[in-house]
Amino acid sequence: MTFEVGSGLSIGAILVTVIIVAAMLIWVERRLLSLWQERLGPNRVGYFGLLQVVADMIKIFTKEDWIPPFADKFSFVLAPGIIMGVILLSFSVIPFAPGVGVVDSNIGVLFILAMASLGAYSVMLGGLSSNNKYALLGALRATAQMISYEVFMGISMLGVVALTGSFNLREIVLAQSDGWYVIPQFVGFVIFLIAGIAESHRLPFDIPEAEQEICSGYHTEYSGMKFGMFFVGEYLGLVLIASLITVLFFGGWLGPAFLPPIVWFSIKVFGFIAFFILLRAAVPRPRYDQLMSYGWLFLLPVSLINLLVTGAIILSIQ
Amino acid sequence: MYNLIKDTLISQVVTLWQVMMHMFVKADTVEYPEEMPYMFPRWRGRIILSRDPDGEERCVACNLCAVACPVDCIALQKTEDEEGRWYPEFFRINFSRCIMCGFCEEACPTNAIQLTPDFEMAEYVRQDMVWEKEDLLISGTGKYHDYNFYRVAGKKIGGKDKGEALNEAVPVNVRSLLP
Amino acid sequence: MILLFYIAGAVAIASTVCVILQSNIVHALIYLILSLLAVAVVFYVLGATFAAILEAIVYAGAIMVLFLFVIMMLNLGQRSQDQEKSWMDAKAWIAPSIMAAVLLAQFLNVLSQYDYDLVPAEVGVLEVSALLFGPYVLAVELASILLLAGLVSAYHLAKK
Repeated sequence: MTFEVGSGLSIGAILVTVIIVAAMLIWVERRLLSLWQERLGPNRVGYFGLLQVVADMIKIFTKEDWIPPFADKFSFVLAPGIIMGVILLSFSVIPFAPGVGVVDSNIGVLFILAMASLGAYSVMLGGLSSNNKYALLGALRATAQMISYEVFMGISMLGVVALTGSFNLREIVLAQSDGWYVIPQFVGFVIFLIAGIAESHRLPFDIPEAEQEICSGYHTEYSGMKFGMFFVGEYLGLVLIASLITVLFFGGWLGPAFLPPIVWFSIKVFGFIAFFILLRAAVPRPRYDQLMSYGWLFLLPVSLINLLVTGAIILSIQ
Repeated sequence: MYNLIKDTLISQVVTLWQVMMHMFVKADTVEYPEEMPYMFPRWRGRIILSRDPDGEERCVACNLCAVACPVDCIALQKTEDEEGRWYPEFFRINFSRCIMCGFCEEACPTNAIQLTPDFEMAEYVRQDMVWEKEDLLISGTGKYHDYNFYRVAGKKIGGKDKGEALNEAVPVNVRSLLP
Repeated sequence: MILLFYIAGAVAIASTVCVILQSNIVHALIYLILSLLAVAVVFYVLGATFAAILEAIVYAGAIMVLFLFVIMMLNLGQRSQDQEKSWMDAKAWIAPSIMAAVLLAQFLNVLSQYDYDLVPAEVGVLEVSALLFGPYVLAVELASILLLAGLVSAYHLAKK
């Protein structure tokens, strides 16, 4: 078996790597946050605290996996599975490097959008089945936020799609060999960044799970590995958004030849993950109505104008 | 429009930059077991019973500390020696209750009970948190090196009559006619 | 590929049956989403990738989310579930299902007259778009005007 798109080796390697990276992000995030907050962070378990993840995993696996008696068991168990499944499926269209990827799809961008919209079910079902006021509030906020920001995410992606003329993410990367799309599509990049953070409900847009307001929202009732799946799912979403930004706007695996393509890809992705963590360390959470009005009244017009201008320029050049 | 951009973008970017600059600031954390933090002398930690400079225990079993204790964690029983001095028969502090408030130290008339900067008092067995007199008693004078209660107390005990204490005048003989 | 088609079709039919039989409305909706996704897979196998992905985005991803959103607000409890169950007795469904079965038999009879060979033909995004903005541009514009009317009326209702 060799490394080529869709080979078993490639799929297995991507699956394992992505999950391990997402789990390690728990440690990375805590270390980076503490770096910016003048603390040290977890440094006890293993060298530099690297085995913190293992300790967390042991803890979370051996915890009591409690299903509340008032919960709707079917949807309660289903919800954390959906988010993991949907996000791992989204990784199938990401081109990591030439020859490394699960599938070379012609509808990659659309597939990501479809999976992102299906991800809303996880939080909805989780909040609804918990039969808990805070969980329901969190689910309501999450749904409204996710279906709103999906719109801007889609429209901001369309600028790149229009420039490339393809929904294939691999072709989008290859089309950036003469220049990354972050320069012609800077507005699209900023909107995608904001919408991506809102989509993966990371801070500062963690309104659905705002711990201080609604005690961690839709996963209030979850414990044990079901909570762990929400947790890892969130980090998987973070990795996914970072990889998408890399692929769409920062040339994917492209880079000077002294490093292999997969290393360039990893460096860029890690840079964006670090940026997301910096956002968490620095920016306060907006109010819910501010988030909504910011999206619909500012991001929507700006992204539409961006798409319009991009289309006009492409047409005039042709 | 300018204000909108200033509020939504520029201020956020400035915030991000300033937070990122904290990367180059030394962390405040003290890595405790390897690196002991400096404990101030008046830190209210583990409670001890001190002795006076002669090596006798200072506690006179007056029970004021037990009265002052807001959580009632001090228990003691008074007894007397052959000279008529009071001392505690037992003196017991339940450290699982103690809140280290220091009221006992303030209440103590003889500076016997004192709080020290030691805070490492965790135990695996809860019963081990109850400290008896022999655990509490130290062989030193604690914070007040020269203080000896019976040398300044105007009380008559075996070996010292009234008026023989430090800085104490001999009592006036009220039956004498001389001024 | 054809095997995938039959599996997806079977899943679609089974989950649709489950939608009808479920008394818990949330579970019914989950089955409906599953059914829509199965239909999307059917489209994909037949080569209509764009239709498949639109099915997933628009129906499963947007419309069903709104359904669930509304249910979340309604606070339907055990009572509505009992009500649903009470409507499930034989009196209520036996006559319609017999009639539906007759129609289905006729439909299958008609379908079996033709000889279909399932040859998936890849229809990409480009072809669909060229058709939509070429010969069918009027229909697209009409649909967009309809959507605009819906938007305006929703705005009006929300303002009130």
